Amino acid sequence: MGKIDIKHVDLYYGDFHALKDVNLEIPANKITAFIGPSGCGKSTLLKSLNRMNDLVEGCKITGEITLDGEDIYGKNMDVNHLRKRVGMVFQKANPFPMSIYDNVAYGPRTHGIHNKAKLDEIVEKALRDAAIWDEVKDRLKKSALGMSGGQQQRLCIARALAVEPDVLLMDESTSALDPISTSRIEDLVMELKEKYTIAMVTHNMQQAARVSDKTAFFLLGEMIECDDTTTLFSMPKNKKTEEYITGRFG
Amino acid sequence: MRDRFVEKLDQLQKELLEMGMLCEEAIMKTYRLLVSTEKREENAEEIDRLEDEIDGKEQSIETISLQLLLRQQPVASDLRRISAAMKMITDLERIGDQATDIAEIMKTGSIDVPVEGVAITQMAEFTVGMVNKSVEAYVNRDLELAREVIDSDDRLDAMFDDVRRTLSEPTAAEKFSNDQILDLLMIAKYYERIGDHAQNIGEWVEFSLTGVHRQGKKAYNVFGVYTK
Repeated sequence: MGKIDIKHVDLYYGDFHALKDVNLEIPANKITAFIGPSGCGKSTLLKSLNRMNDLVEGCKITGEITLDGEDIYGKNMDVNHLRKRVGMVFQKANPFPMSIYDNVAYGPRTHGIHNKAKLDEIVEKALRDAAIWDEVKDRLKKSALGMSGGQQQRLCIARALAVEPDVLLMDESTSALDPISTSRIEDLVMELKEKYTIAMVTHNMQQAARVSDKTAFFLLGEMIECDDTTTLFSMPKNKKTEEYITGRFG
Repeated sequence: MRDRFVEKLDQLQKELLEMGMLCEEAIMKTYRLLVSTEKREENAEEIDRLEDEIDGKEQSIETISLQLLLRQQPVASDLRRISAAMKMITDLERIGDQATDIAEIMKTGSIDVPVEGVAITQMAEFTVGMVNKSVEAYVNRDLELAREVIDSDDRLDAMFDDVRRTLSEPTAAEKFSNDQILDLLMIAKYYERIGDHAQNIGEWVEFSLTGVHRQGKKAYNVFGVYTK
């Protein structure tokens, strides 16, 4: 059993069949990368792991997605609690227009933590885990909007970590960053997998090859192939995977 | 479609094919040195010239391969094909060296008559076939042919044993001097080594097509994990 198990998942946006009978196991404490051409359903699947698609009108999902064996689309699932357990970092860094400290403390406060000492502790730990503490520890009260793009993205990771999630979803989280910032985030992600389960969508196949343990290839809403990353990038079993990763189409 | 990438891969294949043909030609020339004493000097010099060309091809293929790795970051079958090419050229270059070594013996050694009654000439012809098939297997992505080359090395080894046996028999001493016997044995050993290199090439072709590289009885997948 994986940390997250996806079984026979179909997803529709109105009449559009965006995911077709997807079956996938996302293992705990590993990095799983979703690759595929634009519109293949990889971001849709990622968003369905913390029910972000609930916010899309006309979105219908069937099948089963479980987190530690619990159906995340079940009647008893508290969506706010689910999103606390399954955090998300987006393509574009989206810090709130407030101080660095308040950005990180926002989530814990929402979940009822107001004790200053406790918040200080959470903020420092999250910033340390996101490998940005040393750069911001002397300016925690300064606006987050004054940080560089790479720092803002690591702040967003710290903000996601502050509510102590089990799983971190990353949707093209480095695509807007320069190579140095990208490399820092890749290093960070590889460290984070010791504590968290990570699923990432990336258009950058070299990135998937560099950082992920497992890679799933999607095409036209179907999961074509999923394997250990080294195997998938060296000996893919499916011809479509081979053609996509070698740049023959897509 | 990555047109420039495919174009470069085609160029790599073309150069490899040419390098293989140069090696075959060099071995054929050693064969001529064995069966005829005519134009011995010229033929030996021609082998030296071919060796230079073979070395040049090695460099050129190395450059194309490294440029492809640097600029295209190939994966899957492309990665296997390019890395196999980089390994194959080392074996082809050694084949060129060994043809030169044979030419050197023929030019400066003791053998001043056409070699008859010893299976060395069959060994020469056989190795030309092995080299030809190994490169053809790469170009045509022919797994069966690659495996045929790998398996055929046993036949060449048997020919070498036969040559060694023949040269150690009393009748050989009637035909050849001690120096000639030693030179012939060395030449036979060079052909046997050429066969080993052709076998290696076959194994790299097999790797490029299956992702599994065998070394003796062991086989390894692309990333060096022991598989069987």
